[in-house]
Amino acid sequence: MAEGIRDKVAIIGMGCTRFGERWDASPEDLVTEAFEEAVADAGINRSELEAGWFGVFYDEQNVGKSAYPLSQYLRLPNIPVTRVENLCATGTEALRGAVYAVAAGACDIAMAMGCEKLKDTGFAGLPERTKGTFEDLYQPNFTPPGAFAQLAAAYAAKHRLAITDLKRAMAHVSWKSHENGALNPKAHLRKRLTIEQILEAPTVAYPLGVFDCCGVSDGAACAIVARPEIARALGRDRLVTVKAMQLAPSNGVEMGHQSWDGTYTLTTRKAAARAYKEAGVSDPRADISLTEVHDCFSITELVLMEDLGLSDEGAAARDILDGRYDAAGAIPCQIDGGLKCFGHPIGASGLRMTYEIYNQLLGRAGERQLANPKFGLAHNLGGIPNRNVAAISIFGVKS
Amino acid sequence: MAKFGVLDYGVYVPRRRMARRAIFDAVGWAQGGLRAYAKGERAFAAWDEDAITMGVEAARSALKSAASAPHTLAFASTTAPFLDRQNAGVIAAALDLRSALRSMDIGGSQRAGLSAILSACEAPARSTLVVAAEKRPVKSASVLEMMSGDAGAAMLFGEGEPVAEFITAHSTTVDFVDHFRTEASGADYSYEERWVRDAGFLPIVADTIRALLQRARVEAGDVARLAAAAPSVAALRALAEATGIRADAAANQFLDTIGHAGAAHPMLAFAGALDVAAKGDLILILAFGQGCDAALFRAAGAGRKNEMARAIAGGAREENYAKFLAASGRLDIDWGMRAERDNRTAQTVAFNKSRDIYGFVGGVCSACDTPQFPRSRRCVNPSCAALDTQKDYRFADQRGVIKTFTEDHLAFTREPPLLYGNISFAGGGNVFMEMADFAPGEAAVGAAVEMRFRIKDVDTARGFHRYFWKAAPAEGAAHG
Repeated sequence: MAEGIRDKVAIIGMGCTRFGERWDASPEDLVTEAFEEAVADAGINRSELEAGWFGVFYDEQNVGKSAYPLSQYLRLPNIPVTRVENLCATGTEALRGAVYAVAAGACDIAMAMGCEKLKDTGFAGLPERTKGTFEDLYQPNFTPPGAFAQLAAAYAAKHRLAITDLKRAMAHVSWKSHENGALNPKAHLRKRLTIEQILEAPTVAYPLGVFDCCGVSDGAACAIVARPEIARALGRDRLVTVKAMQLAPSNGVEMGHQSWDGTYTLTTRKAAARAYKEAGVSDPRADISLTEVHDCFSITELVLMEDLGLSDEGAAARDILDGRYDAAGAIPCQIDGGLKCFGHPIGASGLRMTYEIYNQLLGRAGERQLANPKFGLAHNLGGIPNRNVAAISIFGVKS
Repeated sequence: MAKFGVLDYGVYVPRRRMARRAIFDAVGWAQGGLRAYAKGERAFAAWDEDAITMGVEAARSALKSAASAPHTLAFASTTAPFLDRQNAGVIAAALDLRSALRSMDIGGSQRAGLSAILSACEAPARSTLVVAAEKRPVKSASVLEMMSGDAGAAMLFGEGEPVAEFITAHSTTVDFVDHFRTEASGADYSYEERWVRDAGFLPIVADTIRALLQRARVEAGDVARLAAAAPSVAALRALAEATGIRADAAANQFLDTIGHAGAAHPMLAFAGALDVAAKGDLILILAFGQGCDAALFRAAGAGRKNEMARAIAGGAREENYAKFLAASGRLDIDWGMRAERDNRTAQTVAFNKSRDIYGFVGGVCSACDTPQFPRSRRCVNPSCAALDTQKDYRFADQRGVIKTFTEDHLAFTREPPLLYGNISFAGGGNVFMEMADFAPGEAAVGAAVEMRFRIKDVDTARGFHRYFWKAAPAEGAAHG
């Protein structure tokens, strides 16, 4: 059994743009904005970077294929840079590349950058895309809200919840994120909402209303990682280290086998078990101080609380309504506002989550600062409930 | 000597039924004379139905208890979606018939369905599946918009124990232009109704019937059922009178419930006659169009199916004329950016996966008996995952239940909202797929579904469209 990557890599600097409708900013502007913040935070010279990973999802509508846009924007000295794409886990995949490179000893300092310019696609929501030459022949022409809405119908039926009661818990998810996002100057949506506003919003995909859906934005985020000794040599005494990074892609079971009942994300459960083990977390409810999960839709966040083992099966709605995941609750979720308020520039999202956890662990989260966070967990779910890629990262402080 | 005739039959009527009164309410300001037709309903195809899909559904019903695959498949329609790409071939693929099959498209006249039947009757040693279906193009505020209907019918002919034995047939050919349709005209151009009835339909059809009855040595009064596609109920009544056929034999030709379904209509009427026929009943089926085909059958009186009642039941009445227009593409709606998606088909893949997509044939693992779609190299069962163990498994005729669903108002469809979800099949297997024919609010977790062959996507840039199966409310299961 491999020993894993716990504490082998430290985050020494991070940057994150303001997310939003950045009509006048190019991908080059966003990447530069995130990068300059990250290198300044790390206190290193640009020339000290030895490798980079660049997360971009919609390449044809964004910066084009390959990683050279990153190399070009930053005028990197021809160091190896790699473009990665793994659905909504793309940003986290960029980070995993950099973290693995450092953990392997292949390089001392590496960078992960994620960027997406969704507002250049012209779509409300995510653009249409092909599913490949075979799957286009039979897969439904689903949209993300429609695909995730499926969780709600199945969850309500399984746990014998009236859809109106489930909707109320889902509304609380969005309400809480807007409360948090209102405090975050980098969030896209900073308006508070009432539960009634959320419940009365027009339906996008039954039973999801407009406010059950996350925003659509432009943004970029960047992390610079290094071996802990290097971080120490740079004068860091409080080190944020990577405790675990786990990825679980579907293998087709949810899509084609009856064992999956449609009420949860199987891959999150698999990735969580491995991540907790790698991080040495035996009781996530006690050890995890905050989560940034993939709240593309309110119902996703609700079932994720169970998939991450933070709520008992069937109890997430009650726990949510009890305020357990609110800013003042036991395990705050989306303390930065989440995808709900940041929107979801796909390549950047995983790194944006990491950015919040990094700042929380360093005590730099300002108005949103939580008391003595121990472990922070970032979670992405790329794809749709019945076929996806789940990525879980756990970060903590190494004294 | 083995008996030859109709071994089995099936019909398909689209769920959507337009109230003729609602058509009149929308267009009566322009054509006040249509008030005379503003009674009853007409069936109309959804945006994802065409002559092929309706033909497939009728054929599935006709083949339900067939002992063997037909030798020949003949598809009759004047509205077949492909001008050059055999439409019968698509139907054969959807029925998952073996490739050793003679297949043909027959069109060009509303006689096409019966013409195909007569060809089948001339080669009694070989079984023929005759499929006829129409999705009739019409212009707004026309009599045809009121009186035509979309539907499909199928009949299996061969030797055995027929529900109706073929006796004889007679045909005439007269180039009488009661109506025509060309690519340029788009919809039918019809001539004056009284002239059509008095100078065309009545004399041509009556002459053909007389010749047929003479050949069969049957008195007109002995015909128990007349199965016909007449321009109107009144024309049919006049025909009965002119030929001496009993008036009650010419009753109920489904014009008030379905409408005139073109080349498919004589077969619909024939199916209706078979549903109620007693042993020994003589059924005269006839089709009119640049002449007349007429054939005489003798009912065995066994194997009654109640097929027309089954197909007509469960209709969803529509009173929104704009939705009726949109279903046939006559209302050009701005569907937004999502409708711009390029639906170009990789024919290489479509051919390799033809049985998967058209036949809805997946795999069943010979190691663990798990059905799965699509068929794959490794079994999907997580506790099996055996390599290359899958045998063919057809999902098309399996029922299932809705495991998850949504009504998606964001996704593009020509009839929003788009319904789709995970379907859990009764024999095993789970497929994430689109749904059809659910009324808003009707879908529910646990609801029973069955498969329907439908248009999946339209490639507007190239004029192509592709087909797949959709989950529809199971017949006989409670709606809502």
